[in-house]
Amino acid sequence: MNTTIMLFLVQDGITNGAIYALLGLALVLVFAVTRVILIPQGEFVTYGALTYASLAAGQMPGTAKLALALGIGAFAFDLFAARKALHGRLILRSVLTNIVLPGIVLALTVYFAAQKPPVAICIVLSLVIVAMIGLYLYRVAFQPLAHTSVLVLLIASVGVHLALQGLGLLFFGAEGQRGPAVLSGSFTAGALRFTGQSITVYGITIAFIVGLWLFFGLTLYGKALRATAVNRLGARLAGIRTTLSGQIAFLLASVIGALSGIMIVPITTLYYDSGFLIGLKGFVAAIIGGLVSYPLTAVAALFVGIVEAFSSFYASNYKEVIVFMLLIPVLLLRSLAAPAVEEEKD
Amino acid sequence: MSALLSVTDAHVAYGKVEAVRSVSLEVGANQIVTIVGANGAGKTTLLSAIMGILPLKGRVVFAGQDLARLDIEDRVAMGLGLVPEHRELFVTMNVEDNLELGAFRIERGKAKASMERVYTLFPRLKERRKQLAGTLSGGEQQMLAMGRALMGEPKLLMLDEPSLGLAPIIVADIFRIVTELRASGVSVLLVEQNAQAALKIADQAYVMELGEFVLSGKASDIAANERVAASYLGFQHEGASVL
Repeated sequence: MNTTIMLFLVQDGITNGAIYALLGLALVLVFAVTRVILIPQGEFVTYGALTYASLAAGQMPGTAKLALALGIGAFAFDLFAARKALHGRLILRSVLTNIVLPGIVLALTVYFAAQKPPVAICIVLSLVIVAMIGLYLYRVAFQPLAHTSVLVLLIASVGVHLALQGLGLLFFGAEGQRGPAVLSGSFTAGALRFTGQSITVYGITIAFIVGLWLFFGLTLYGKALRATAVNRLGARLAGIRTTLSGQIAFLLASVIGALSGIMIVPITTLYYDSGFLIGLKGFVAAIIGGLVSYPLTAVAALFVGIVEAFSSFYASNYKEVIVFMLLIPVLLLRSLAAPAVEEEKD
Repeated sequence: MSALLSVTDAHVAYGKVEAVRSVSLEVGANQIVTIVGANGAGKTTLLSAIMGILPLKGRVVFAGQDLARLDIEDRVAMGLGLVPEHRELFVTMNVEDNLELGAFRIERGKAKASMERVYTLFPRLKERRKQLAGTLSGGEQQMLAMGRALMGEPKLLMLDEPSLGLAPIIVADIFRIVTELRASGVSVLLVEQNAQAALKIADQAYVMELGEFVLSGKASDIAANERVAASYLGFQHEGASVL
């Protein structure tokens, strides 16, 4: 093999790896804060990507309606939870965030979808729609189970994944879609050619990682999220609501998922079920990071991306097999390093 | 004047086993009240239930409001604080972040002033403010746990075994600070196995055995009680028992 091919594969791997890194970080974040292994992360990717592509093509994405439907569900849950002590303020806030907000977004989506909006509006609308879906999903599917075991949460997570995938088929059909590039144009450096899209991927990934780092290191809410991850009871005793932390975690995860989808869909055709495999590769990185370490997850994600690029060049039929086989030695090593599994406490 | 905290006929059960039975207690403003008793008497269980960590049957009224439907976080916002036995610190975060989070529900401006107050109370924490909580010594961790709870500006601070496993010098320090808290207007509900030290600083005391209060009254009277002395203060009397 010559150096050019190798460089090209590494470049390709880093582009994909950057996206896996974002997804892996979101998985670690959600798991640390809520103990949910977020299998529907992949659906956030597909929903973001296909909502963006549909809007850009001048079609009305069904996800905007789903957001409103889930919002109404979340409102019903809020009402039920507060049934013994109904305050006017509480209800008003719930109506505003769960019904009025998705209603406005739905109206905007209907308005803009009819007239092929510019790329920037498509991106913002897609992000907002998927963010709302993430937020309401937490309220409807995970918050009522927050006190249960990791296993119960995992089963709920699988259920949500299957439901969202089915709805994805309903909304977007079985056909694949591609979206317009966020940045067009390209330049060459030596043997390598950088497209505007791959530069966007690097830029957004780095910006997001730096942004998350600042959020967790400097802001009160970021610290509260870390605190919930470190010690749930301690956080509650400090007055930090676990549901608030869960909402922020799901909001971040859904935005990260949607953003990843929007970055990928100009490069590859995405189908309603493509997100699962993409999310799973982020999951491989997260597992290598032990579901706790952010830096390890990011490095592992780049590694996963590069391994994937090389295996699709040399043995494209076995591309997925090779990537997922990475897990076996990692799990083996981890089990040797920590022979006794600690019982789950709370 | 009505009490700051009043618990009436409280029962707390783990499944079918009742760990606390028909307990009533009151804590007034500017008071130190202590619950003494042997290991396993149900003291920690009672504090956890008052805080809302465990379900409680009975009535708990704090600052004039029934707590029955309030979550832990709401009780914190009302001015009820708990320093649990295991401290529950954010061990991978530094001292200052731990304190800052203690004031999560407090206005930012006020939180700054609270932090200065905590640092004056525990100068040791100020020296270590950039150190990770998990690397502190046991005594410093206890100070940090108390400091974090004080950041939430509690009206009543509940302390669960603050002296457990600490060196005598540090224990004395912590008990001195508890009396300073009372002077600054914070009431304290203190659960202790170290009955001697607790009774010395407390105003009122309850003696707990097997989930029930068997004695209550002024701390000085309880300390003078022969049977309590025999059981908890290490003096031997022939055939003495609390019951």
